[in-house]
Amino acid sequence: MSTSLNAWSDALSGFSPAGLPLGLLIIAAIPLVFIALYALTYGVYGERKISAFMQDRLGPMEVGKWGILQTLADILKLLQKEDIVNKEADKFLFVIGPGVLFVGAFLAFAVLPFGPAFIGADLNVGLFYAIGIVALEVVGILAAGWGSNNKWALYGAIRSVAQIVSYEIPAAIAILCGAMMAGTLGMQQIILQQQGEYGFLHYFLFQNPIAWLPFLIYFISSLAETNRAPFDIPEAESELVAGYFTEYTGMKFAVIFLAEYGSMFMVSAIISIVFLGGWASPLPNIGALALNDWTSGPLWGAFWIVMKGFFFIFIQMWLRWTLPRLRVDQLMHLCWKVLTPFAFVAFVLTAVWEIYVK
Amino acid sequence: MDQTLSDFGTVFVFLLLGIVFVVGGYLTARLLRPSRPNPEKLAIYECGEEAVGSAWVKFNIRFYVVALIFIIFDVEVVFLFPWATVFKQLGEFALIEALVFAGILVLGLVYAWVKGDLDWVRPQPNIPKMPVVGEKDR
Repeated sequence: MSTSLNAWSDALSGFSPAGLPLGLLIIAAIPLVFIALYALTYGVYGERKISAFMQDRLGPMEVGKWGILQTLADILKLLQKEDIVNKEADKFLFVIGPGVLFVGAFLAFAVLPFGPAFIGADLNVGLFYAIGIVALEVVGILAAGWGSNNKWALYGAIRSVAQIVSYEIPAAIAILCGAMMAGTLGMQQIILQQQGEYGFLHYFLFQNPIAWLPFLIYFISSLAETNRAPFDIPEAESELVAGYFTEYTGMKFAVIFLAEYGSMFMVSAIISIVFLGGWASPLPNIGALALNDWTSGPLWGAFWIVMKGFFFIFIQMWLRWTLPRLRVDQLMHLCWKVLTPFAFVAFVLTAVWEIYVK
Repeated sequence: MDQTLSDFGTVFVFLLLGIVFVVGGYLTARLLRPSRPNPEKLAIYECGEEAVGSAWVKFNIRFYVVALIFIIFDVEVVFLFPWATVFKQLGEFALIEALVFAGILVLGLVYAWVKGDLDWVRPQPNIPKMPVVGEKDR
């Protein structure tokens, strides 16, 4: 198993997207993108199954074995649904909102490294670009909510925007701590510093005891930034129907959903890149058992980063069925009076650690 | 002609692909879906009630306060990112500089905190006091 995967890995290691001619790159990228997007929709299936098992239900079971084709059925259904734009909506904003949301989430994937050589664009400001472009989501949400001319949608959008911009501060400072530990903003360089023969012991989380503080701060903030429970008041079903996408139907609704799952994977990937070594294998070399060498390479890299991403997505789904929803004033209290001061503490401690201790 | 892409060129290709996906999705749906609008469908959804007035009204000022505080800190973080990449080479001097810089902003946070601008203003319920019949007898 491992030898064949390694052979594949070596064959792929010469592949570098940035070196290819433009036309070839685009042709190669299109099917890849659609496959990735289809895989992303399986997040919906995963969430339904996980929710079901946590509540002692079976979840989707009708379409295909264990309901495995449910997502395909959902896509086909959403494609055929009538597209309703209510007559008092701002048509332009209403149409462009989901598009901005999706393009923002999708653009972040350009800097996501799936292996030592497999990255869309290894920008030297990769990390900064990623947190910047994910914030484009705010514009999409506001356009969708305001364009709907619906009270539920507007309330949801404004709550959502207030929440996302607030939690952006602790999240950005926590990521800043990671950038300080690495001394660079390039995704690949950050990961290369966390790769080594001792596997997970090279991760920033285990290299630096202070890293736990920004790690936890970023994880909590990322839940709020993707509107996940317990920070899901923008979409609170019991009071706001569905928040900013109340008025959306059919394909526009599907696009919003894709963007949500895309940004869920994105924040999970960022947290695993900055603190848990991205595509670096967690297994250490133990004497003759060179587990780390055996499980490193382009394909293994993609395997590890996707697994780490899925792990955090699983925790996000798990938390949804564990924690009750926060009230809006509790939400702001947690952000500004707890997480932000602690983020500054983490910032100072990391700086001092890097200069004096390390 | 140089036919390889720069890094930001790749980002641009991603941008185009994203737009192609959204527009392509809309167009595919347009070919497949029915379109039979009626006044009921086109009404604003408000849980079955007829919508009263427009949603485009003034909303609570407290959201602006959040936005203002956010902008201040966001600009600060933007300045700290380039610093984070070089502060190890610059050493102690850069550390103290950044601490002074961050310190001034933390002072701003403390000020906003003390002034109560970080508190979410909760509407005070106006419950009229009613004399309870037979209270004296208890």
